Amino acid sequence: MERRTFNKLLSAGLLAGTAPAIIGRAAAADPLGIGYIYVGPVEDFGWTHAHDVARKAVEEELGSQVKTTYVESVKEGPDAERVISELAAKGNKLIFTTSFGYMNPTLKVAKKYPKVFFEHATGYKREANVSTYNIRFYEGRYVQGVIAGHLSKSGIVGYIGSVPIPEVVMGMNAFILGMRSVNPQARMKIVWVNAWYDPGKEGDSAKALIDQGADVIAQHTDSGAPLQVCQSRNIVGFGQASDMISLAPKAQLTASVDHWAPYYIQRAKDVIAGTWKSQDTWGGLKSGMLVMAPYANMPDDVAKAGKAAEADIAEGKIVIFQGPIKDQKGADKVPAGTALDDGAIAGMNWLADGIDGQIPG
Amino acid sequence: MDQAIVVSFVLSVMTASTPLLLAATGELVTEKSGVLNLGVEGMMLVGAIVGFATTVHTGSALLGVVAAMLAGMAMSLVFGILTLTFLANQVATGLALTIFGTGLSALVGSSYVGTAVEALPKLHVPGLSDIPLIGPIVFGQDALVYISLMAIAAVTWFLRRSHRGLVLRAVGDSHDAAHAIGYPVILIRYLATLFGGAMCGLAGAYMSLAYSTSWAENMTAGRGWIALALVVFATWRPIWLLVGAYLFGGIMYGSLAIQAAGAMNIVGYQIVVPSQLVSALPYLATIAVLVVISRDRVKIRLNAPACLGRPFHAAG
Repeated sequence: MERRTFNKLLSAGLLAGTAPAIIGRAAAADPLGIGYIYVGPVEDFGWTHAHDVARKAVEEELGSQVKTTYVESVKEGPDAERVISELAAKGNKLIFTTSFGYMNPTLKVAKKYPKVFFEHATGYKREANVSTYNIRFYEGRYVQGVIAGHLSKSGIVGYIGSVPIPEVVMGMNAFILGMRSVNPQARMKIVWVNAWYDPGKEGDSAKALIDQGADVIAQHTDSGAPLQVCQSRNIVGFGQASDMISLAPKAQLTASVDHWAPYYIQRAKDVIAGTWKSQDTWGGLKSGMLVMAPYANMPDDVAKAGKAAEADIAEGKIVIFQGPIKDQKGADKVPAGTALDDGAIAGMNWLADGIDGQIPG
Repeated sequence: MDQAIVVSFVLSVMTASTPLLLAATGELVTEKSGVLNLGVEGMMLVGAIVGFATTVHTGSALLGVVAAMLAGMAMSLVFGILTLTFLANQVATGLALTIFGTGLSALVGSSYVGTAVEALPKLHVPGLSDIPLIGPIVFGQDALVYISLMAIAAVTWFLRRSHRGLVLRAVGDSHDAAHAIGYPVILIRYLATLFGGAMCGLAGAYMSLAYSTSWAENMTAGRGWIALALVVFATWRPIWLLVGAYLFGGIMYGSLAIQAAGAMNIVGYQIVVPSQLVSALPYLATIAVLVVISRDRVKIRLNAPACLGRPFHAAG
């Protein structure tokens, strides 16, 4: 056997499962090629899983008109640029790059392939052939806060944060605002894990928060470990990104579930119709990009209050970052009668009154 | 502080420390025989998924734990064949074993994501387990916590007091001398490597069956590497391994507990520690201890296996 082939076989064997695997699907003549690049494995039960569910929905909806390809577990960095280039070179006309760290690689490749349309999730840099899209996750946090406000006896929620970026900070603020809309004395204790994913540490954080009096746990990390701790301690919590009810059937109240399908289907249709334009989309409960998992483990009146909050946010009756909002030190961050615009929300770097702990760094 | 919080704190620390202790105990014995197996993380992951899958299918946590140990042994056997029989480089092979274990466990585990099992049952001795404070700590743990403590005691005795332990150390310190006297160097190293694999599999099972009761890809999140560092930290002495594992677990959990409490109240001053610093504490502590320990060169030379990582070839 030629040495190079042998080496290839060896590394293929060693890296089985971790190496990015390109999985395509044959289809009828000239379908629209759509490429996806994922930061995690499709079975992560969270972020990447949700994107892949939506990819399958595109195939189901548009059938032989499209042909999708995905590459999973691609690290943010030099690898990403290579993979995105490869997707473009292989003839995909629409490419979704589904992690914040793919921003600059996406822009670089987009320059080389001006006829290919790129869609970058959670970023803010756009070009003529690069759109950005994101979900207003914080709307779901507000609904969770309303539910927690009704259920918490101690009035203390424990919140497990991943890394200190505006995305996470706005979720904490939305949660405490929702909770205080029900119980004005409510407080939030936070733990930063400084990782998106470490089941051991996430579960330990839940334990530490419960010991500090929290009787509802919310998380902005990706594993189901905190919910399992909730279940073993007989308290309740919220799932993250995916419906995690199978892990903690007695503890999960609901979960904010990312629902990218309507957006992915629409953008594919736009390309096929020739109407694709560069734009920025930030969808939430209204556009159906964010949905709440079925409510469980709560009395009917609380579920009703949660549903009402969902409807009010969708209809615009509740504007989450509507003043007056004070920060932890009592400074007026949002004066009465005004509301934060999207730019201010996207760059949020302060914690609202009622939150103990601070943003590191 | 509230008594319930103290108990919960101690229990949480012990839970966080146990997988480190189990894996490090196995690696210590392996290294004492002169074999450096860097595949701890990979063996733990394979143990975690095999233990989890077995428990899901059979409903028996005991079978799951046994299967995890066998899986860890199978992984270490691959390592043994490559490095001991075929004399491959131990460092490279160990790294490959970790990469292989990470990928293999992810592949096997993909269909188990989102499944939960019952946590390992906790001991309950009527009366004793209800004693305030010490009851739940001493008499209320799951079986693997006791096993980890018994294992470290047994390894201490084995290495220091038993004849076979002396032979194992001799093989690790001078394989040529041990061979000349007539001891089967390769066989002893195989056995030590297999023991290490079994303990790493057990540590993995603890991750997926007790620490968190579900499977998630790469769920050990670097604990295998910490276990490897602990062996050096302990300068290859089992008692210090126990200290190191609990110190590390304690700081790991304590850093989260400090954050949850909001601020530390030290003699009236509210001290707020940045969370990045808190996250780095276990590693800083390790470095600090390593520096302190490595000042005493004689002690290290006495305890470190002199043939660590060196291949043995009988004809040479």
